[in-house]
Amino acid sequence: MAWTREQMAARAAKELRDGFYVNLGIGIPTLVSNYIPEGVSVQLQSENGMMGMGPFPFEGEEDADLINAGKQTVSELPTTSYFSSADSFAMIRGGHINLSILGAMQVAENGDLANWMIPGKMVKGMGGAMDLVAGVQKVVVVMEHEAKGESKLLHRCNLPLTGANVVDMVITDLGVFTIDKKGKDGMALIELADGVTLDEIKAKTEATFKVALKN
Amino acid sequence: MGKVFPDAKSALAGICKDNMVVMAGGFGLCGMPEELIIALRDTGVKGITAISNNAGVDGKGLSLLLETRQIRKMISSYVGENKLFAQQYLAGELELEFNPQGTLAERCRAGGAGIPAFYTKTGYGTLIAEGKPTAEFDGEMYVMERWLRADVSLVHAWKADTEGNLVFRKTARNFNPMMATAGKVTVVQCEELVEAGAIDPDQIHTPGVFVQRIVHVPNAAKYIENRTVRPKQS
Repeated sequence: MAWTREQMAARAAKELRDGFYVNLGIGIPTLVSNYIPEGVSVQLQSENGMMGMGPFPFEGEEDADLINAGKQTVSELPTTSYFSSADSFAMIRGGHINLSILGAMQVAENGDLANWMIPGKMVKGMGGAMDLVAGVQKVVVVMEHEAKGESKLLHRCNLPLTGANVVDMVITDLGVFTIDKKGKDGMALIELADGVTLDEIKAKTEATFKVALKN
Repeated sequence: MGKVFPDAKSALAGICKDNMVVMAGGFGLCGMPEELIIALRDTGVKGITAISNNAGVDGKGLSLLLETRQIRKMISSYVGENKLFAQQYLAGELELEFNPQGTLAERCRAGGAGIPAFYTKTGYGTLIAEGKPTAEFDGEMYVMERWLRADVSLVHAWKADTEGNLVFRKTARNFNPMMATAGKVTVVQCEELVEAGAIDPDQIHTPGVFVQRIVHVPNAAKYIENRTVRPKQS
């Protein structure tokens, strides 16, 4: 037993706070918008130049001039604003976005993140990921714990980095970890996913972590 | 001297040469100046360095210039969704410089604003920072990035007046405003062309001082890369 993609997204949604400005990456992070807790109002940023991103448009109302960072058609809300890419990344790099939730290939115990290239394979590019992890106040990674039986939580990333010392929290299908990215406290396991034991997560994790389970 | 040209071909006349640096606005196919890209292709100039967030998709946008092998180098943040790009890159026929998206936007902004370099936290400690100066400011490390400027900037606007004042529409704005400032010659294709004075001066996104040439393209093709919808509620 472990968390499904939906359960991982639901867990990530618990990091949202009322009034937050949030950037969600592609994949599982996009699902987080389905689990915004009751009483919590957030504005979603799309780094191509939109704050206050609405849901997919109704059939027939899609607009080629209104897309998100995944180039999907989206819709407007009463809170929406549009701006240039420079203003968009001023929000991101200037620390005005509260939370970024994104996927990863590898995370290291010091908060290093790799999610943009595999040497020897055709690289598509980092898009806005390097800016987001360097500039957003809190960075949460949502990813599978393992890839092909190998831990994705490592002592050191062996793929080229997207950012050094940038990750605050990792949510995997097996549990939740925090990382003291700027300090000396390293990585800590704070929650286990449903039906996952401490022994299992220890066996499947290369990174060194403290156990600080909340429950 | 008027800024309005009768068509895209005449708007590019006399300003294109081999090995030129071209900026093209757009995020994916959204807000991308395709009519001007087609006209650039038809000039036949070669060895282009193209600065654009993406490289188009097969058969659309800058990919048209890849088909004719007119591009020597791309400076972009993301080049997925383009098989032709991958082929030419892997065959060593195309140079590629990846920039983080925000760094790319800021480099264009800096180019237009006369700022030769700036420091950013983005990319510090990664491959992107290799060979670039770094410095500590207030206890944090930053990497130096240089400006970008172009011989010609190609821009898509929603509305333009005859003075070159521009208004963009929704997320089609993206890189267009910064690129408009960073071209020695900035050429704009607009969906709607109006007389000077017809746009409320308080609503202008890009002042006409940045724009040298304008062409009215009322029926420019607009493409949707990923059409995502929800069913209409009954």
